[in-house]
Amino acid sequence: MEARPVIPATDTARVDLLLISQMVETGARVLDIGCGDGALLRILTETRNVDARGVEISQTGVNQCVARGLSVVQGDADTDLANYPDGAFDYAILSQTIQATHRPRHVLEQLLRIGRHAIVSFPNFGHWRIRGQLVFGGRMPLTENLPVPWYETPNIHFCTIKDFIALCNELGASVERSVALNAYGKPMAFSAPLFMQNLIGAQAVFLLSRGES
Amino acid sequence: MATVKNRKRQSGAPLHLGEGANPSSEVVHFGDGAALPLDSGASLTPFSVAYRSYGTLNEDKSNVVLVCHALTGDQYAANKHPVTGKPGWWETMIGPGKPVDTGKYFVLCANVLGGCMGSTGPSSTNPETGKPYGLAFPVITIGDMVRAQMRLLDHLGIDDVFCVIGGSMGGMQVLEMAANHKERVFSAIPIACAARHSSQNIAFHEVGRQAVMADPEWRGGRYLDEKTSPSKGLSVARMAAHITYLSDEALHRKFGRNLQDRSALTYGFDADFQVESYLRHQGSTFVDRFDANAYLYLTRAMDYFDLAADHGGNLAAAFKGTNSRFCIVSFTSDWLFPTEENRAVVQALNAVAANVSFVEIETDGGHDSFLLNEPELFETITGFLSSAARRRGLRFAEAADAVF
Repeated sequence: MEARPVIPATDTARVDLLLISQMVETGARVLDIGCGDGALLRILTETRNVDARGVEISQTGVNQCVARGLSVVQGDADTDLANYPDGAFDYAILSQTIQATHRPRHVLEQLLRIGRHAIVSFPNFGHWRIRGQLVFGGRMPLTENLPVPWYETPNIHFCTIKDFIALCNELGASVERSVALNAYGKPMAFSAPLFMQNLIGAQAVFLLSRGES
Repeated sequence: MATVKNRKRQSGAPLHLGEGANPSSEVVHFGDGAALPLDSGASLTPFSVAYRSYGTLNEDKSNVVLVCHALTGDQYAANKHPVTGKPGWWETMIGPGKPVDTGKYFVLCANVLGGCMGSTGPSSTNPETGKPYGLAFPVITIGDMVRAQMRLLDHLGIDDVFCVIGGSMGGMQVLEMAANHKERVFSAIPIACAARHSSQNIAFHEVGRQAVMADPEWRGGRYLDEKTSPSKGLSVARMAAHITYLSDEALHRKFGRNLQDRSALTYGFDADFQVESYLRHQGSTFVDRFDANAYLYLTRAMDYFDLAADHGGNLAAAFKGTNSRFCIVSFTSDWLFPTEENRAVVQALNAVAANVSFVEIETDGGHDSFLLNEPELFETITGFLSSAARRRGLRFAEAADAVF
C-alpha cells in the first residue's frame, strides 16, 4: 500500500508510465527511483527489453518487486542516489516522486549526474482546478490525483510546470521533450502554449539531459 | 534433561575416523601436483573436498546452484544428516518445488575447507606425521574455502555457476566468490552476512575459542592423539554462540521465564529454566557432530574476512567490473549481521552500478532466520532465481512459472 502512494494507481496515472516507457530507447540501462510496486519496471522490461533497476523507500514495495523478479533495492531518493557512479544509466527516472522528496533540486541534480537522461513526471500544481480551489475556496486543493489532505500528504514540494522548467534552466539541464497530460490523462497538443499547458495539464512528463546540447 | 557431559558418539566411530575421514557423500581428493595455495602463504597438499549434489546437471552445465554452508553446517543441505539423522539444514529452501528447485537446478554443496565432515581440516591426517593435524593445520580464510570450491567446480567441468547462495559464513563465501571469481558467477544471493566481520562478532568468536581452549581435555589441540575430547568447552562455545543466532524477542516468545519440568525454583544450579535446558541441549548435541579444532579454524576464517581490505578499504572496488546479478537479504532482528552491514554491500554494488536487489525481511527470528520458515524469504529467492533463469535463457522441462 505504501508503494507509490503519491498518486493513486488510476488509469490516468498509468498513462504517465506508458508515456515514460515510450521515451526510453530499447535495451537501455534504466534506474527507476521511487519504483513503488514495480509497475513501470515491468512495462519497461516487457516492452523495451531494458536492463531495469529500481529504488523504493517502502520495504513492502521492495519485497513485492523482488519476489516478482525485478531488481530493486530499498533506498531513499534524497540520500541514496549519491552512491551511484556518474553516467551509470541511460535513463534515471523519477515518476510522481519529486514532490515528495525533501531536496528536489539535489535529487534532480543527482538524476542528471547518474543518468545520461532524466525522465521526471509530477503533478502540476498550476492546474486550473487547483488554482480555483485555492483562489475561490481558500483551502488547500484536493483533486483526484492529489486526494490526501495537507496534514497527511507525503507531497511536500509541489511545483507547477513553469516552476519545473525554471529549475531545469537553473541547473543547466536541457528539456528534450515535455508532455502535459490533461485531467483525463490525454497528452495535450505539442503546440499548445506553455501557459495553457500549465493551466490544463494535470501532470507533466519531462525528458531531460545534461546541459551541453 | 540434557546436561553438559561427554556423550558417546551415536555412530560408533569417532567423527574424525568416521564421517570426517570417509564421508557418506561424494568426495574429491586432490593429490600431489594440485596443492592449494592459501592466503597465509602456506599451501595445502593433499586435500579433499566432500560434497553433495541434488537435481540434474543440464547438458551445457548452466543450471548449477552452489550452496555455501554456514559455520556449523555441512554438505548435507537437503538430505538426512549421516551423524544426527536429522533433516538437512536447508530442506526448507532446497528440494523439488522449493525456492532452490532441484527439479530445475543442479544444486551443489561442499563441506568447507577446514571443516570436519569430509573436506580437509584440522582433524584430517597430516601426511608429514601420520597423525591428525591439530594446530599444525594452516590457518585458512574464506578466500581459501572458496578457492577449494573452485577446484571442485574445475574437477566437475563447471565453468560458472548460475547462482551461488548462502547465509552467514555461507554469505561471506558468496561475496568472496562474486568479488574474486567474477567470471564464474551469474548470480549471487548473500544472506544475513557482511563484507567484514565486526569487532563484536570477533569478540563473540574469541569467547567461543577460549571456552574450547580452557577445557583441559583440549590438550593444546592434540585431543585426538590423546583420545580425549574437549566436549565441555565446545559445548559452552556453542551455547554462547547460539544465543547470538536468536533474538531477545524470539527467546522470550519461545521460553519466557518458563520452568523446565518443575513447578518451582530449586534454589540450585540445575537447569531450572527452559531456556537453560534448551541451550544445554544445543551444546551437548553439537559436540557429537563437530570437531573442536574445526570450530577454532572456521571462526578464525570468519574473523579474518574483510573483503575491502585488499582494495584499500574501498568495498566498491572489490566488485568493480562485476556482471553478476545480486540479491541481498537481511533480517530485522539479526543483531549478528544487522541490516546496516548488508546495506553496506548494497551501497558498494550500487557504486559500481551492479544489478542488485536488496530485501530486508521483518521477523523476530534473529540471525538464524535464513534457516527458518520465512515465506517472504522463499518468495524473494523464488522470484529472483526465476528472473535470473530467464535472463540466462535457462529452459526447464516444465515451463517456468510466469512471474509477471
